[in-house]
Amino acid sequence: MSTVQFTLNGQTVEAPAGQSIFNIAKDLGIAIPHLCHKEGLTPDGNCRACVVEVAGERTLAPSCCRSATPGMQVQTNSERAVKSQKMVLEMLLADLPEQGYKWLDDRAEAPHGELSQWAEHHGVQVRTALAALQREAVPADLSHPAMAVNLDACIQCNRCERACRDLQVNDVIGLAFRGAHTQVVFDLADPMGGSSCVGCGECVQACPTGALMPKSHIGPQKVDREVDSVCPFCGVGCLVTYQVRDEKIISVQGREGPANEGRLCVKGRFGMDYIHSPDRITKPLIRKAGVAKDVSSLDGHTDWREIFREATWEEALDLATRPLNALRQEYGPKSLAGFGSAKGSNEEAYLFQKLVRTGFGSNNVDHCTRLCHASSVAALLEGVGSGAVSNPVRDVEHSDLIIVIGSNPTANHPVAATWMKNAAQRGTRIVLADPRITDIGRHSWRNLQFKPDTDVALLNAMLHVIVHDGLCNEQFLKDRADNVAELKAHVQDYTPEAMSAICGIPADTIREVARAYATAKAAMILWGMGVSQHVHGTDNVRCLIALASITGQIGRPGTGLHPLRGQNNVQGASDAGLIPMMYPNYQRVSDKSAHDWFEKFWNTKLDDQPGYTVVEIMHKALAPESDPHKVRGMYIMGENPAMSDPDLNHARHALASLQHLVVQDIFLTETAWLADVVLPASAWPEKTGTVSNTDRTVQMGRQAVLPPGEAKPDLWIIQQIAQRMGLNWHYTGEHEGVAEVYEEMRQAMAPAIGGIDWARLNAGSVTYPCVSADDPGQPIVFHDHFPTADGRVRLMTASLIPANEQPDAEYPMVLITGRQLEHWHTGSMTRRATVLDALEPAATASMHGREMQRLGLQAGQWVRMASRRGEVVLPLRQDDGTPMGTVFIPFAYQEAAANLLTNSALDPFGKIPEFKYCAVRIEAATLVNA
Amino acid sequence: MANTTHIGLDQVRQQLRQPRTQLKGRQASPDARAEVQALIGLPPAGGHRRDLLIEHLHVLNDHFHGLFERHIVALAAEMRLSVVEVFEVATFYHHFQILKDEDVAPRITVRVCDSLSCSLAGSDSLLRQLQRDLPGDVQVVNVPCLGRCEQAPAAQVGQQAVSLATTEKVTRLVAEKHTQPLALPHALRYEDYKKAGGYQLALQVAAGLKDHESVIQVLESSGLRGLGGAGFPAGRKWRIVRSQPAPRLMAVNIDEGEPGTFKDRTCLEADPHRFLEGVLIAASVVGCEAVYIYLRDEYHEARVMLTDELAALQANPPCPLPRMELRRGAGAYICGEESAMIESIEGKRGEPRLRPPYIAEVGLFGRPTLEHNFETLFWIRELLEQGADSFAAHGRHGRKGLRRFSVSGRVRQPGVKLAPAGITLRELVDEYCGGMAEGHTLSAYLPGGASGGILPARLADVPLDFDTLQPHGCFIGSAAVMVLGVHDSARDAALNVMRFFAHESCGQCTPCRVGTDKAAQLMTAEVWDADTLQDLAQVMGDASICGLGQAAPNPIRCVLAYFPQEVAAEVKA
Repeated sequence: MSTVQFTLNGQTVEAPAGQSIFNIAKDLGIAIPHLCHKEGLTPDGNCRACVVEVAGERTLAPSCCRSATPGMQVQTNSERAVKSQKMVLEMLLADLPEQGYKWLDDRAEAPHGELSQWAEHHGVQVRTALAALQREAVPADLSHPAMAVNLDACIQCNRCERACRDLQVNDVIGLAFRGAHTQVVFDLADPMGGSSCVGCGECVQACPTGALMPKSHIGPQKVDREVDSVCPFCGVGCLVTYQVRDEKIISVQGREGPANEGRLCVKGRFGMDYIHSPDRITKPLIRKAGVAKDVSSLDGHTDWREIFREATWEEALDLATRPLNALRQEYGPKSLAGFGSAKGSNEEAYLFQKLVRTGFGSNNVDHCTRLCHASSVAALLEGVGSGAVSNPVRDVEHSDLIIVIGSNPTANHPVAATWMKNAAQRGTRIVLADPRITDIGRHSWRNLQFKPDTDVALLNAMLHVIVHDGLCNEQFLKDRADNVAELKAHVQDYTPEAMSAICGIPADTIREVARAYATAKAAMILWGMGVSQHVHGTDNVRCLIALASITGQIGRPGTGLHPLRGQNNVQGASDAGLIPMMYPNYQRVSDKSAHDWFEKFWNTKLDDQPGYTVVEIMHKALAPESDPHKVRGMYIMGENPAMSDPDLNHARHALASLQHLVVQDIFLTETAWLADVVLPASAWPEKTGTVSNTDRTVQMGRQAVLPPGEAKPDLWIIQQIAQRMGLNWHYTGEHEGVAEVYEEMRQAMAPAIGGIDWARLNAGSVTYPCVSADDPGQPIVFHDHFPTADGRVRLMTASLIPANEQPDAEYPMVLITGRQLEHWHTGSMTRRATVLDALEPAATASMHGREMQRLGLQAGQWVRMASRRGEVVLPLRQDDGTPMGTVFIPFAYQEAAANLLTNSALDPFGKIPEFKYCAVRIEAATLVNA
Repeated sequence: MANTTHIGLDQVRQQLRQPRTQLKGRQASPDARAEVQALIGLPPAGGHRRDLLIEHLHVLNDHFHGLFERHIVALAAEMRLSVVEVFEVATFYHHFQILKDEDVAPRITVRVCDSLSCSLAGSDSLLRQLQRDLPGDVQVVNVPCLGRCEQAPAAQVGQQAVSLATTEKVTRLVAEKHTQPLALPHALRYEDYKKAGGYQLALQVAAGLKDHESVIQVLESSGLRGLGGAGFPAGRKWRIVRSQPAPRLMAVNIDEGEPGTFKDRTCLEADPHRFLEGVLIAASVVGCEAVYIYLRDEYHEARVMLTDELAALQANPPCPLPRMELRRGAGAYICGEESAMIESIEGKRGEPRLRPPYIAEVGLFGRPTLEHNFETLFWIRELLEQGADSFAAHGRHGRKGLRRFSVSGRVRQPGVKLAPAGITLRELVDEYCGGMAEGHTLSAYLPGGASGGILPARLADVPLDFDTLQPHGCFIGSAAVMVLGVHDSARDAALNVMRFFAHESCGQCTPCRVGTDKAAQLMTAEVWDADTLQDLAQVMGDASICGLGQAAPNPIRCVLAYFPQEVAAEVKA
């Protein structure tokens, strides 16, 4: 790196060329006041608090924006420079209110955050003459549930704007008007709560003076402790710092992490108070004698005391375990099943599957991965030999083009979406392929709003174009792919013209996008559940693998395949073996060597047949008595199949029909209502453990507060159950022996995480594969081979398979289900987070304005939505991104549970249900107040 | 100040318990989108150009007599921008009037200039009378310099300029609904200009018949400097930009907003093609592939005429033309600052950029850019035809060249005066302006518009040119000379210009945003708080981003230095 030599405050300094004077000074321990400058934001140089004197220049220079040049003579502390620095601080301070919103520590006399800090540094006091000219007070805008806007403390430094627009690219905040009237605005100077604000709070984190503050943390900034951890919501894996006061998490800061660089979304920043909800279960509960399991009790009105009584842990554990043992004894190991959770830690997932495999005695263990990316994993394992992503999300910054298909990243992976939007700002072309045009669509180069259920038609047509136009990477195919000829032959018939009629995208657009993808220097495909949750979900992903392979868009930076993981630990839970057909690290239970290895490792006999999957287990619960595999007892840890499974009436009926159900959770979920024993567990900030995000990065979550009441860490509960099932486990050490559990798991997963020991994780995040202590980890894989048997990618063909249930005269519309920004999965956490609940308090069904018009309906109107399996009543929302003929309902709302309507038809390979497509009918509903 | 809202917490909770019936934020209504589409057209392949945002806002603002919020939302949707990206731009420019959807747009807007020369000519009482007399659906507002200081007081009815405005004149125009720009019958049109030998030079330069190097040498030896105010040597600028990598762009500054300046308008309205020929020569020599001409929005007459003349030129080009676009300012003095103008041409708020990088290297759309003031280009043909010496031979008191002075205020014959560089104020008034106006004796003058400071009569014999006034705390800038008499007060003049700066500050940097505003308030005091004003002056001058804030303290310092008796305690006491 080239350097420059110059003089700083009389000293000769050598510094890297291009570095700002501010940063050079900072490295040398020279403090220069600064307000508009913040690390991570593009320097703007507007506040002028950091001006320095450069010999020979007429005016002072902003040190944050000026780089040193050879021979330059800079004074940061000359009389002239300091005069202006102090004047800037005084002028700003003169306009600020006496009572501020962001005190230094707990000092009311230093009420304006960084401004007070620098004023104290320079000993600045506001003179009477300027204090007398204090600008007119501005009323507070408290319209947003999470954030207070007090523009009387605003210094127009535009850090909030840069945070909103440059970092998060939400484009809500601007500086409007001019001169002394320059004002931070949301949209059209609308109240923040009524604006398009998505509540990420990046502005709050950026604001130096407290003009934008989290409502929960106004005034004294002193807290009892700060605890570094990782966000419990989605699979992006943002690092956070909890701020704890009086044993409550009062605010959350984004922390520098490989996936988020300090960014958060509304859930991570403002959604953490679910842990303090009065709804938390704080004592073990036992179903009262004689109270039948009645699915109609899931109405949200029944008092739990009518159904359960409180018990001691001793009694509850006993009552939880004894019937499990008895059932196993009487009906054999297959009569039991366990659902673990992708919301728990790796260690919990590992122990849970170990409990089922070694204690229950079968492989009947699964979790919600079955409902999200099972088909993706099936296709990826078959094609490239690994179910995980090939490149991290942030690799989009190296892509010329990215295809985002079947994904609504701004809602479901908000921080990951910021990297995509950042890339688009720098010129990366985004192709959004989705039946719904969502927020990312404003940043896309092309929106392919294809007809629901026609993924394969669109993708095969793209393959056709690439093959037909000779845009295949033949060298790559020759060296690294199998089944090439079959694939090429197969896509012959899928001409853009023919497929256009099916998928609704003009043939020329298909050609344009296919060529752009094939010829891009680096192109990446990211997808979500719009791809996976179909009966042809595996086929959809096969097409994506084929696209990446025939163009050679894999194995390099900015290329590859990235199924965006939903849950915070769905990657880790799957890795840890929380799936019925595989042991930890995707070793098939039917594979003899793996089977033998684990029998030895765990020192016990193991079942060598794959267990049943989530939906299959529900079916098996309702199997006839004669079925030797009828499931009669279940242990469900942190999952809520009574909301998340398709065709809920069926699933709830299945759960209710179990002879014995143990549910371990933090709330009385819809599933827990049907339990015999409910064990109060710990929320994520109440325990310590690791999680693996969508990028394969393993990260440490740390306990910030104690579980409420008698609630216990999940790891403790699993071990207690194991003990009562005759397993002789001994994990010692703090946090229920979590480190020892991890180290055991590491042995079972050596090819993935062998190089990541507990101490290394405690020090920072590591991405696997990482096989040795000096291996830095490999964010990008498949450089020169695939982890398949022969090291080559196996291309698969896909034909057009229609959705299981097509609209007809009786049920003429298509229902698409999914999630929304504020609510996580079944809503058990987020609907108890006050801010998130305030932002999205009720279920809605989204439709295009024209479609509503066509049906004589209007936004806000209540409708009854019915499928062959159930019905819900809810109001309509206008969202013109929704395609004609369809309706979208998020599945987080118990009072209008979308999954009452969905179809449980399964993809034959991934066993994933078709959440994204079923036939419904819609009619106006009149509300009768209960 | 914009609408801010205080809503009770309970009310918020109540409201928020309601399910959202639409997506977050305002959604574009189909009706508003149709109205916007009808006016700006359907997006071309690849979408609407981001840089045309201000042009689109003009179309809406002209049509609806304001910018209704629903149209801002719809325009954002049409242009695939966020709402705030449109709003922040719209609210930056004074000529865009944001209206709530329930508001009624004013039928006509009457603008009365309140800058110094017009103020001296009684614009304050004109404004009050018009506000009192005109019907309620006519909006009467005071505005900064309209660039007609020689016709003070100046006003505008809609888009029609009113010189020597009176209540009667304005009232009649309003009553007769005369709101369209007047024609300019005396402008030399394309065919006539060509017939008189025009564009021969441009043709030679474009065809390579005239050596590009020789053109630059003429500029250099003539000593021609940028005539917008900064005075950067023109020839050197051409060399610098020419050495930058292609594609290079050119931006022409006709945002003549410095109070007291009207020379560009005067020349443009008389001889537009002389200027355009200068543009073509510069673009050829420097190798600019596109030219953006930025014209201040106050000059409606000139815009209509220049639009026609550009069309005539493009319809029948004398030589291959670069792409040429005429852009309309929207009421922002700061856009006369070169980098602010570039931001504005890009369709953004006119906020000056930090330098370095200089716009010659990284300018418009990130490309190397040759930026010139109108008059600099207006000189090109004459210099090339007459030779460098014809220009350099002029000058007085040791200075070289010719200058166009815009003279206004208390002189008998205000107007644009082509005079030797280095002429003194006294000579300029006596020889070119017919002396002081009836009943006025010279007391003070502003040599360079609002920015150039204020000098007392005792310094009326200082040569007026680049670099000659700095020792006196002043500068010549755009050579806008405003003359005060003994009945006028320097302090009032200083307050007038400080209010102008506060009004026109872009608000980006603290020293200027806060400094101009606080200074203007302090300057209303009977006795000035000299210490505080000096402190503000220092931080504005030393630490502001651009010339506006850096020059804003000049009137403070000049009054304290040259007219202490007007503001000091001992004298007042």
